[in-house]
Amino acid sequence: MVTLSVDQNRYACQQGETVLDALLRQNINLSFACKKGTCHSCMVRSADVTPPQAAQSGLKNTLIKQNYFLACQCYPEQDMVIKLPDQSEFYRMGTVVVNKLLNRNTILLVVAFEDAFEFNAGQFVNLQRSDGLTRSYSTANIPQQSNTLEFHIRRLPGGKFSEWLHDEVSVGDSIAVSEPRGHCFYLPERSDQGLLLVGTGTGLAPLAGILTDALANGHTGPIHLFHGSREREDLYRIDEMRQLAKQHSNFHYTPCLSGNDVPDGFAAGRVNDIVFSHIPDLKNWRVFLCGHPEMVNQMKKQVFLKGATIADIYADAFLISSH
Amino acid sequence: MSATLYEKIGGEPAVNAAVDIFYRKVLNDYRINRFFDNADMDKQIAKQKAFFTMAFGGPNNYTGQDMRNAHANLVKVGLNEDHFNAVMEHLGATLTELKVPSDLIAEAAAIAESTRNDVLGK
Repeated sequence: MVTLSVDQNRYACQQGETVLDALLRQNINLSFACKKGTCHSCMVRSADVTPPQAAQSGLKNTLIKQNYFLACQCYPEQDMVIKLPDQSEFYRMGTVVVNKLLNRNTILLVVAFEDAFEFNAGQFVNLQRSDGLTRSYSTANIPQQSNTLEFHIRRLPGGKFSEWLHDEVSVGDSIAVSEPRGHCFYLPERSDQGLLLVGTGTGLAPLAGILTDALANGHTGPIHLFHGSREREDLYRIDEMRQLAKQHSNFHYTPCLSGNDVPDGFAAGRVNDIVFSHIPDLKNWRVFLCGHPEMVNQMKKQVFLKGATIADIYADAFLISSH
Repeated sequence: MSATLYEKIGGEPAVNAAVDIFYRKVLNDYRINRFFDNADMDKQIAKQKAFFTMAFGGPNNYTGQDMRNAHANLVKVGLNEDHFNAVMEHLGATLTELKVPSDLIAEAAAIAESTRNDVLGK
């Protein structure tokens, strides 16, 4: 018999009993459906030990790395601390060390921590104001750099949180930051695989993190970044990306503008169309899509039809809420 | 107890491989892809997995009424026998591509066929 810990409480799991059955038997409300590892309804996370391999079969590899597992397929071999999907999250305090404009409507916000903040480049966190108002933002740096997190935050008209960050938060202020979330990040495997990174607006943030991570890990396959917006003034880090492309022969950067004014050095049109004129066949490619939900959802289908497998498509659609 | 069709075909890994091939065929088929235009891809993939698990006689919680409810809106916009046949075609072609023995394909097709009236709201 082993002990399962959930939210400070301890539950017994009998020999031959799955985590799902043990928790259901003890009246823990956990969603489930097929009990065969197919539907993924009962996915939970181990906060301490690596789950048994059989309990992670069929999961996206970025979920496996974070110790997610299927409760219905898990016969625990040792005591486990388990996080349920809806469990309230842990916040820690950071200090704002940079708050400056990247372009006319986007700031670079850097938050520093006393100790290392563990995350994977490209994951997102929730930022919380002292009155409880909370928003999700993607990280833009890699964890190896320092005990900091970087964010690119666009001012949304009427957006309570982004306006607060833009107008009222200054260097030295404290802000609450949740644990990292999401499975849109780079794993250092198949380093000769082509990487396609497509983002609109501040979708560049997680992609910049993923790009830095891939380059730092010595990724040898071609890496193509397409960053789109309507006007040039809404893109940012253009020179920095061009510089990176000069330094790394396998990295290619294409800034895309869908508006009427398209200067030299920029591709004209929507990223969706531009990507496929550059790379018509995505068989064996790994794809990262971040930004506007409509772009992300359309591209997911398109890159799949162009040959990328479902397991190789990582997407992060930014939801926008102003209230 | 003898192995179930689901186990004989290869269980969950086989379902994943089948969904990848099948969904690509469906989205590329002009006869039926309009029914998937507004669908969220991740949700669709989950449904396809459940569909294949069911077609393989594996564990599933689908009832005839679920199939009816899930397709009712599509029936309203014209889902008919021809579309169902097209999906059956892709199911067979997918399993052939995966080199599933023909007797097992026939078994899976029969299970999928049994949902016809529910799917089409008859």
